[in-house]
Amino acid sequence: MPHDHHDHPHSLLPSDPALRVKALETILTRKGLVDPAALDAILETYEKKVGPHLGARVVARAWSDPAFMAALRQDSTAAIATLGISGRQGEHVVAVENTPETHNMVVCTLCSCYPWPLLGIPPAWYKSDAYRARAVREPRKVLAEFGVTLPEGQKVRVWDSTAEVRYLVIPMRPEGTEGLDEAQLAALVSRDSMIGTGLAGAPA
Amino acid sequence: MTTETAPTGTAPFDEPWQAQLFALTVALSEAGHFSWPAWTEAFGAVLKDHGAARPLDGQGDYWNAWLVTLEHLLDGSGWAARDEAEQVRALWEDAYLSTPHGKPVRIAG
Repeated sequence: MPHDHHDHPHSLLPSDPALRVKALETILTRKGLVDPAALDAILETYEKKVGPHLGARVVARAWSDPAFMAALRQDSTAAIATLGISGRQGEHVVAVENTPETHNMVVCTLCSCYPWPLLGIPPAWYKSDAYRARAVREPRKVLAEFGVTLPEGQKVRVWDSTAEVRYLVIPMRPEGTEGLDEAQLAALVSRDSMIGTGLAGAPA
Repeated sequence: MTTETAPTGTAPFDEPWQAQLFALTVALSEAGHFSWPAWTEAFGAVLKDHGAARPLDGQGDYWNAWLVTLEHLLDGSGWAARDEAEQVRALWEDAYLSTPHGKPVRIAG
């Protein structure tokens, strides 16, 4: 057999789900129910633009600007919009502030509601049955698996997200960060710390 | 939405079809074809159903449930009836199998 031609005589067949998605996309665009340009814009946004760096900006601002923190407490969605960050679906964001008395943690027991505009697409563990079922039932155990051990006296409050209300945890500002500017502070704010399964990092 | 670009880190989707599926669903909702609360309710029901037999992971299982939900919604509304979706899926499969490697894969219509 001569081997001077391609090993694959035809194009590589996509997976079954990939073909099913392609079929839906074909049908819906043909019928004018979705606009291919709108699809591209959504992909661009969620693959490249949004992510936890945006939530971290909100937290860093809240730590450094008491007026912003006050505005966030009053109407989180409006305060966040002043930073140029807003949801596509008009969802309501509620910032929940960690204190020495209360640690906040977020879950969606129904499916996977999540503050997309602030944190992007949720990680796999957030979407797993294990986390969704256990976060409410045994939050301290779940936190321990994330390496978070809270002081005895600190309560854990678990917030169940919905399609209408998404929560953003404002972690406690780490000690020894008085001299840092907002960009330096934002670098200490991990995705998990804004879901409540982590704490803000210590400065290097 | 700000124009800055996310720092490179973990990819939000494991496979391109998951991103396409996500975009398709969001686009349908944004175009007003269904509300997001209606979506989450339908999706939650499928997750519950699929998760009855064994706990679902947040990756393949999750996106599979998402796809099943969207197919079901579109079948119910008639925008992409099951038969039609299966036919078009078969057309794509044939097109991939009959298009020489390296050439763009297209279906008629």
